[in-house]
Amino acid sequence: MSTVAPPRGETRTEALAGALASLTILPAIVPFGMLFGALAITAGFTPAQTLLASGAIYAGASQYLMLEMLGQSISPLAILLAMLAINFRHVLYSAALGRHLQRFSIWQKGLAFAMMVDPVFAAGEQRARATSSLGPAWYFGYALSVYAVWMLANALGLSFGALIPEPARWGLDYVLPLYFLGLLMGFRGTSGFLPVLGVSVLGSIVVHLTIGPPYHILGGALAGLAVAVWRAPAARDGRSDR
Amino acid sequence: MSDAGLYALILTAAFMAFLTRIGGHLILTRFTPLHPRVEAALEAVPIAVLGALIAPAILLGGPAELIASIVAGVVALRASTAWVIVSGVVVLMVLRRVMVG
Repeated sequence: MSTVAPPRGETRTEALAGALASLTILPAIVPFGMLFGALAITAGFTPAQTLLASGAIYAGASQYLMLEMLGQSISPLAILLAMLAINFRHVLYSAALGRHLQRFSIWQKGLAFAMMVDPVFAAGEQRARATSSLGPAWYFGYALSVYAVWMLANALGLSFGALIPEPARWGLDYVLPLYFLGLLMGFRGTSGFLPVLGVSVLGSIVVHLTIGPPYHILGGALAGLAVAVWRAPAARDGRSDR
Repeated sequence: MSDAGLYALILTAAFMAFLTRIGGHLILTRFTPLHPRVEAALEAVPIAVLGALIAPAILLGGPAELIASIVAGVVALRASTAWVIVSGVVVLMVLRRVMVG
């Protein structure tokens, strides 16, 4: 790994490659963002509040939860706690992705984490594992493209929300799980994929049926991580304990 | 909720979201070099989190959702995320119409 900055042309090529790589997931972000824009306006948000929420919170699933809870007149503190529960997965993402940011300056790291939504994390991890060196140009090419499309979709949704025909009729309500499924399958080559996935799914379902959402995310994730820890070699010399 | 109250809620939520995004890294940098077990856990983060995230929607959503997800999962073995979504949405749309009547 070189500590010298890459030549300008190379940076541009990398940024473009990152932006191009994001194209495959943009179809999922458009309906997700449009629907939030439309629902926020229906819930009584002004366009400025809608764009501020999407631009500054930038965590779609937690924003949907916020709208739903505001509609039920739940206290702001309880809303923030529930949003924290659903966003807590970012702590795990942050710990994992942080290992690959050696080539980022401190400001670039801060911005990289601010823009780290699920697909950006998944793409960054995959890129780092495939090339063994995640560069800022590629990362920001990808992340900025996702952010721009997300904001544009929100603006479209809040302007023309009434034009979106019943999402369930067109299967659009199911775009998000399918999109996460696609991201997940990108990691099927990782060692321990099936045991980790099996236990995390089982843990998630059990917590969902007992404690209830959104705690199934953290519950299932920790169960899956426990399997990874258990399967790992115990000592630093890499010898297996089993 | 008042206008000012809503702005306060949005900005607090944004600040908390940023803390979760930077927090994992800040905590972890205090524990380098990483133990192999921690390393293994971090390698498994995408699988464990994404699996937990989608499990209820796929397994508790109903037969149409389950079948659409299986088809999309098979498509994922060969094609990019865009095709995973398109195939799943098309299968789901057809099944919902057939199953309702």
